Amino acid sequence: MSWVTKTLKSTLGRKLIMALTGLFLILFLTGHVSGNLLLFKGDGGEAFNIYAKFMTTNPAVKILSYLTYISVIGHIIYSILLTQQNKSARPVGYAESKASTNSTWSSRNMGVLGTIILIFLVVHLQGFWAKMHWGEVPMVTYGEEEYKNLFLIVSEAFKQEWLVALYVVSMGFLGFHLSHGFASAFQTLGLNHKKYSPAIKAIGQAYCIVVPVLFASMPLYIYFTS
Amino acid sequence: MKLTLKIWRQKNASDKGGFVTYPVDHVSKDMSFLEMLDVLNEQLTEKGEDPVHFDHDCREGICGMCSLYINGKPHGPLQTTTCQLHMRSFNDGETITIEPWRAKAFPVVKDLVVNRSAFDRIIQAGGYVSVNTGGVPDANEIPIPKTVADLAMDAAQCIGCGACVAACKNASAMLFTSAKISQLALLPQGQVERKTRAEKMVAQMDAEGFGACTNTGACEAECPKGISITNIARMNREYFSAVVSSENV
Repeated sequence: MSWVTKTLKSTLGRKLIMALTGLFLILFLTGHVSGNLLLFKGDGGEAFNIYAKFMTTNPAVKILSYLTYISVIGHIIYSILLTQQNKSARPVGYAESKASTNSTWSSRNMGVLGTIILIFLVVHLQGFWAKMHWGEVPMVTYGEEEYKNLFLIVSEAFKQEWLVALYVVSMGFLGFHLSHGFASAFQTLGLNHKKYSPAIKAIGQAYCIVVPVLFASMPLYIYFTS
Repeated sequence: MKLTLKIWRQKNASDKGGFVTYPVDHVSKDMSFLEMLDVLNEQLTEKGEDPVHFDHDCREGICGMCSLYINGKPHGPLQTTTCQLHMRSFNDGETITIEPWRAKAFPVVKDLVVNRSAFDRIIQAGGYVSVNTGGVPDANEIPIPKTVADLAMDAAQCIGCGACVAACKNASAMLFTSAKISQLALLPQGQVERKTRAEKMVAQMDAEGFGACTNTGACEAECPKGISITNIARMNREYFSAVVSSENV
């Protein structure tokens, strides 16, 4: 076994992959939420549709999107491997446990939160991403060029209460997942320092609120304005 | 004080085990938790029953021998060792649940006694300095500043009791292993074997069947010696820099 595979099979190697993929997904979320802010522009979706075409055709963005797919899959696979290892490390549990006195709920339930986010992701990708790539999307023309009218798809989708509710609730779970995951990834990378750790924690706490709130406000905005 | 003790009894490693409830009376608030168990054991012995087995040695909070998961927390409600826990931390009439450390790598030997030799094997894998470092050097001759020596000393405070493993939801031994790696990585004497040590100790930790770290911080919160999880971050740095730069293929 080479030293690379040996390292990636070690507990610390597995944790490293969780941290790196997690941080990449945080970068992805940042880009995703920033771009989607165009939904608020109130121009009938022109800016959003032009942005969406750029995101699906630009070769650099394409590379980033493949990295995102790899990160999602890697994050899931390694979380399963680690969870299996963690479960087998304590075959007999405690009759009484006061874990809430020494750690946060989110930190102890990252797997549960992640699973809920994965279920949301399936619904989300099926509704928008798959439709955009392989579905029937009405076209719209701005100037000379034709664009897929994804804004119409989004606006139609968020007329359904249940979907809006699902998105808002799911973003709550994402917030809790990030509230631990953000700072935890830096700790796993070995970045724990008197000078920087308080800042990392503060940014993580702000990030886990701001990003999910912005995401959740999109379906709410469309629902109440359409 | 009058107490009800719900204690895990298990004849041997292969026995299934279960909780047995014992009432104890005339417990003084000034007794240590282990003295209270001594009282129970005297009563059991007088009745001809098998006393409750538990680990203990120095009873001064420095050896790391005592354990016990008391009312859902390792070493009980205070951040100290069980031997330094006193009955004034409990209320009259209270029911106290006492369990052994739970981890695959810490199998139960009998009752509340677990086998913690997995920790010894992690130390044997690399937690030593194999060069002769001579006698105690003069303070000003040590080629590291005091702040670094203090960090090494902080890590060296680990008594290897296993409360970190017991507290961790994954039964991870990373706080222990990282304290031992840090202690030597920070000292000049530890430099020669620095990379190999990090690789071997982490490999042994994995081989023993401990879980992974989720960075919940439970270990740090429960450690009777206040070992910080900054040591786990340091272990990660030590390990990753070792695997990419050591000669061990």
